[in-house]
Formats: sequence, C-alpha cells, structure tokens
Amino acid sequence: MSPARKRRVRLVVALSAAVILASALIYTSFSAASPTVTPSQLVREGIAGRTYQLTGKVKSGSVRHVGDTLYFSVQDRAGEASVPLSYTGTVPDPFREGREVIVNVEKQGDSYVGERNSLITKCPSKYTATPSKTKTY
Amino acid sequence: MSQLGGACLILALGVCVYGIGASIYGVRTGQTQWSESGRRSVYALAGILTVAFAVLELAFLRNDFSFNTVADTSSTTTPTFYKAAAVWSSQEGSLLLWAWLLSLWSTLVLFLTRKRMRDVSAYATAILLGFGGFFIALMVFYANPFGTTDPAPAEGVGLDPLLRHPSMMIHPPMLYSGYTLCIVPLAFGMGALLARKVDAEWIKATRRFAMAAWLFLGIGIMLGARWSYSELGWGGYWGWDAVENASLMPWLTATAFIHSLMIQEKRGMLKVWNVSLVLATGTLAIMGTFLVRSGILSSIHAFGGQTLGVPFVILIGVLILSSIYLVSSRRDMLRSEHRLDSLLSRESIFLANNIVLVGLCFVIFWGTYFPLISEALTGHEASVGPPWFDRYTVPLALILVLLSGIGPVIAWRRATFANARRNFVIPLSFALATLAVLLAAGVADSKPFALAMFCCAAFVLGSVGQEYWRGVRVRRAIAGEPAPLALMALVKRNRRRYGGYVVHIGIAVLFVGVAASSSFQHASELSLSPGQSTKVGAYTVRYVRPTASVTPKYDPVHTGSTLSLGAVLDVTKQGKHVTTLTPAEDFYDSGEPAQGSVAHLIGGQPVSQVGIDGGIKRDIWSAIAPNIDTPRLKRIIEIGNKTIPLVRPDEGMIAVAVMAREYMRSPPPAEFHLIVSPLVMWIWIGGAIVACGALIALWPAPSAVRARVSVRARSRAARRLARA
Repeated sequence: MSPARKRRVRLVVALSAAVILASALIYTSFSAASPTVTPSQLVREGIAGRTYQLTGKVKSGSVRHVGDTLYFSVQDRAGEASVPLSYTGTVPDPFREGREVIVNVEKQGDSYVGERNSLITKCPSKYTATPSKTKTY
Repeated sequence: MSQLGGACLILALGVCVYGIGASIYGVRTGQTQWSESGRRSVYALAGILTVAFAVLELAFLRNDFSFNTVADTSSTTTPTFYKAAAVWSSQEGSLLLWAWLLSLWSTLVLFLTRKRMRDVSAYATAILLGFGGFFIALMVFYANPFGTTDPAPAEGVGLDPLLRHPSMMIHPPMLYSGYTLCIVPLAFGMGALLARKVDAEWIKATRRFAMAAWLFLGIGIMLGARWSYSELGWGGYWGWDAVENASLMPWLTATAFIHSLMIQEKRGMLKVWNVSLVLATGTLAIMGTFLVRSGILSSIHAFGGQTLGVPFVILIGVLILSSIYLVSSRRDMLRSEHRLDSLLSRESIFLANNIVLVGLCFVIFWGTYFPLISEALTGHEASVGPPWFDRYTVPLALILVLLSGIGPVIAWRRATFANARRNFVIPLSFALATLAVLLAAGVADSKPFALAMFCCAAFVLGSVGQEYWRGVRVRRAIAGEPAPLALMALVKRNRRRYGGYVVHIGIAVLFVGVAASSSFQHASELSLSPGQSTKVGAYTVRYVRPTASVTPKYDPVHTGSTLSLGAVLDVTKQGKHVTTLTPAEDFYDSGEPAQGSVAHLIGGQPVSQVGIDGGIKRDIWSAIAPNIDTPRLKRIIEIGNKTIPLVRPDEGMIAVAVMAREYMRSPPPAEFHLIVSPLVMWIWIGGAIVACGALIALWPAPSAVRARVSVRARSRAARRLARA
C-alpha cells in the first residue's frame, strides 16, 4: 500500500470512529435526558414511571419535614398549578419558600417523588436591579 | 463621581473606535505611525478603565448608595473585606472588571511585542480593541455600572451572604483573567492569519499568555470548587453545573494547545490544528462569559438579566464564522512540514492527548448546551444530569492521566522496542505494584474505575520520577554537583519541560483525590437532638450541645451575620476522641422591612458554615440546618414584629437574642449532613502542585535573562569605551 493510500485509510478509520462515538454520545444524551417541565406541564402531561426535571418556585406554606423526608410543593412562576412532592437527600442552603428550585421528580401513581440529592436551588437574583427605582444615567 | 465614571466609559468607547480605525488604516497603508497610534490607544484604554474601576471601587468602600450597583450588592453592615469584592458580584461591575482586565493584559502583550511582528500586532490591536469596545458598549447601552438613583437609599441590600467567602474575593478575578488572557492568543492568531504571516513567531509571542490563561483559569476553577465544598452546604466540589462547565471547556482546549504547540515548534506539524485550538479557546472563553452573564441556561448561578443574550450571540456568531473563513482561506499556508513517522512516538501521544481533551470538551459542551439543543431539535427542553457526564468523562479522564505518564518518556519520531523497554519498566512496575497492594488490601475491588485511576496515577509518578532521576544523575556525572543542587540546575535549565512534569504529577495527585473521595465516601443525613449520636463510616458523631451567637459583632467568621445557630459535635473512632466539629448556620438581615421588624433581621439568605476536620487521609465534613420554625421561636418573632418599631433595629436585635437564648434553653432536633470522604485534601494539594508547576514553566528562561543582562553589560562597556 502506498503511503498516501495508507494515510487516507487511517484518516477514514479515525473519522469513522469519531462519528460512531459522537453518535453514541448524542443518542445517550437524548435517551438519558429528563424533560424540563413546569408544574402545570407536569400535571397535564406527566406519565407515571418517567423522570422529569421540574423547575418552579417553592409554594408558600407547603414545606414540612417528617423524619428524613422533606415535603413541599413546586408552583409555576406565574401560574396557579402546583405539584406536591416528597424528597430525601441534600437540601441546599438557599432552599426557602418562594425560591426558584430545580429538582428531578418521578411520577409514581398519583404522587411525585424527588430523586435523591437532585434538588438545586437558584441563588437569589440580587443581580437584577429593582424596577421601582427611578434611575438617572 | 458617577459622572466621572460614565464619562470614562464613553471616552473608552471612543478610544476603542479610534484605535481600531488607526490600526487597520496603518497596516493597510503601511503607515506605521498609525499602527503605533492604535497600540498607544490600548495603553490609554487601560488607563481610562483603571480610573473607571477605581471610581466604582471607591463608591463601594464609601457606601455611596446613590450608585445602583452599590445599593443592590452592598450595605453598611457588609464587612469591608467583602465590600471590595462586591464590585464584581453585580452584572455591571463584572462587565467592567472584564473590560479592565482585558485592557491590562492587552497592554502587556502589545508592549512586549512593540518591536516585533508589526503587521500581526496591528491586526491583533484592532481585534483586542474590538473585544474591549464590545464590553464597554454593553456597559454604556445595557448595564451601566455608574447608573444612579436620586435620592440615594439610606441602606443597601447587602452582598449575597453566599458570596461572603474568602475564595469568592479571588475566584472571579482569576476566572476573568483566564478568560481575557484566552483572548490574547486568539487576537494574535487571527492577526497572523489576516496578515498572512503564519510562522511560529506569533505563537512564541503569545505562548506565555496562553499558559497564563491556563493557569488563571485553573486557579479560578479550583477556588470555585473549594468554595462549593466549604460554603454551599452540600459537601461536593463539582456538580457539572453549566457555569462550572463553561470555565472548564476553554481550560481543556488550552491544555490541548499547550501540548500540540510543542509539535509545531519541534516538527512544523499541526499548524491548522493549533490555530483552530487557539480560536476555539478564545471563542469558548467568550461563550463562558455569555453563559454566566445571559442567564440562558438553568444554573445554580442565577445572575438574571436576559438582556445581554442577543449581543453575545451576535459576537459568538461573528467569531465562529470569521474563524472558519480565516482558517479555510489560509489553509495552503498552514501545511505541515513533516508527517507523522510512527504511531508509537511522542507526536502520536500528544495527538492522542489532544483528541481526548477535545473529546472531553465536546462531551461537556454537548451536555451543557443540551437544553438548548434539545429544544431546537425536538421542541422540548430537556437536560442531562451528572451520571451522563460521569459516564463519558470518567473513562476519558483515565486515558488522559495514563497519557500524561506515557508522554514524558516516549521518544520523538519513532519509539523502538529497546527504547520502550528502557523507559516503561519502572512506571509499569509502579502501576503493577499499586494494583497488587490495593487488591491484596481489598480496598478497591468493587470500584474498578477508582482502582484504574490509582494505577494510572502510580504510572505517572513512576514515569515523571524516572525522568527527574535520570536528569539529576546525568548532571551529577557531568558537573559533579550534589543531588539537590543538580535538581535545581536541571529545572532551571529547562523550566518548561520540568515545570510541565510537575504539572503532570499535580494532575495525577488531584485525580487520586477525586477518585477516592467520590468512590469511597460515607454520608449521612439525619435529625439529631443533643446527646444523640450516629455512625458515619468508621466514626461515631455525637451532638453534644447547641451553640448560638448574635449580632454581626460576634459573628465567629466575620461575614456580618445577625444570628448564628450551630452545634458542637464530638467525633470518636472506636471510643477514642478524634475531633470536635462546630458547624453552624448563619442568618442575615434580608433588607426587606415588609417581613417585620424582627423577622427581617434574620430573614435573609441562610448560609452554612460547615465544620470540617481536614486531614491527609480523610475529611470529616459536617453541616447543620437548625430548626427555627418551632412554635416558641415563632411566637418570639411575632411578638417582636408587633411591639418593636422598624426604626429600632437595636431593639429588634434584643428580640433575636431572646430567640437565641430560647433556642439554647430547649434546642429542637436539628438536621445534620455528615460526610466522611477519604483523600479530599489531595485534590487541593494536587491543584497547588499544578499551579507551582505552571509557574515554573512560565518563569522566563535563564537564557532570556542572560541575553538581557548581556545587552545591558554590552552597552555599559560601549559607554565606558566611548568615554575612554
């Protein structure tokens, strides 16, 4: 085999390997991903046994601890719908009623169970200026 | 003062526009005085932005709440140490920090190259000023750090308590230095392509800047991890968060570039690849800034403000398209001078290392931007979690560590069997000995990845140790120096090579820490009352008694908290006392009087002060979430809210003190998070070794120092001769 041909074969092999690996990566990312939903979407479209990534606000007055389990409801940012769930695992510091959270939940029958240690609380956004102030530049 | 700041920004924008025009006109017409003027406008930009930054910093230190950014991110009760850092906690302040750092680094590189590569550096000047102008325009039109409110509020909201941590003082400037330093090689790379001068000159001029970018990004990433471990109350140091990933991606491509660069220097190969890596690193740095600043992806770092998204998307689009155009239109000039001789050579290993690093970067890129990709392709937003990242990054990290052991000892061009036997016996025996010891001890048989990582790390230690030992032996044979002196001389002679080896050791040590702490961790989350105890791994943890402190004056960690409730934990192993831990949770003033005169004093963000007993073998980590929602404590707050006026925070603090006393008198059960992780300390030690190695490699080589000295000596001699 001539050196030029050998190089071309090598290139084709390497590129094919890269394409196969990239396809595997892309395929698994779609199959392993949890759809991101809001509480109202979850209530409407939730299928039992599937895991969803739920984003929303912690509903006021819904947080209670029973033993190691934390019960709270996640509410739409603007809307009314809310999803009650039970959760065990790490609770980040900023977790509070009214705060934005991201948590992986599985629909089990009619109830929702949070995946262990999946709760993320967004840092409170103090970086956006309050619109009520009169600003002069 | 705000007018001065605002004027500085407008002036700076004008200087950028002028500088871009002057540089391009100069290089196009060959009138070097215009290019010179363009370069001097970068120096002027640095001066103007220094004044602007100083104005903002002073406003923070003087509690000038007429500045919106000061009122939003600082307060009179924020400790001075953190007031200074609050400048870059706001969107506006961080944009100013970005532009200021870019102007400083640009000044440095253009000063150092003022007598070389006139065409390339003129284009680079225009590109650097383009980036500077972009960020300044964002401040002028979207997020003005010098916006004011009239009348000024009497008190500010205060710095987010989560950011009141020493590493948060240094983490953002380090990351931003890294990001802005990534722009320097990008500007010179593009400049070289535009000027059609793609020899190694521009690479030599910016190599140190690429390494400094790599070092600063690395330090920033490590500090962020440390902050996460000791401040966020979840006990982890890496969570594949979008913003963490954003800083890791340019670091990975910069690592690839630093390696592949050596092949271009030695063999004149991989020119297209190198210039592409440089352009990709700069683009990823901009994308990192975009990700943080646009709030486009869900992240624990919710910086809010979607307004900056569109300008950033346009900038990134322009960068990607112009990079592709420049590389493809100049590909004839970027042909390799040599071909790969053998798959068993140092060039191949470097190439493999590059492929793994770029592969890692691709995995992280895909996972990070997956919510956007999935929405674009399927119409539904979805995200991938840490297990997906781990599935790909763990094996790739293993290969990378192994390659970092093979690279230093394999021969350039073509490795022979004899060469392989000579170089690989010692590293392989290190790896096999480690495997045998670990299997015999039964430590790691259920964790194959951890076991493989320990063996790979031993391989690296063996190979790098062998290189050092051989070098020292040769020097001792030639110069007859004692071993420590020979070692010093060896490193001094070839800082880049031996500094690089130190970095490899540091990376291996760091990954040993990561593998051990993630595979052999014991964690427990439970509720305990004083006197109760629990087992975590081999340790028994007993909740001895609660602790409480009131008012910022007595805050044990000086972050300005109003109330701190904690616990004294006694840790024993087989009945013997090991350590005492004192985790606490700090409560802060929310700055929202609507909550009530007492409630607002403790209604802010609660923050964990974790109790850690760090050691070289293991860390015992503890966090507490005290329950302040008991009926008795709530009653104290309610009575205080009703009876104490808002204007008397001193009386409000008395009510908080009464609460603290009540908490101490009859402490309710508290939630504890306890973790025993082996070898966590080695992650930080590994990081420090990497930083030391990088500093050794960055330090000017003695030949350059000598050359400068000899020039000075020569001129002195010439003067003396003339006088004679």
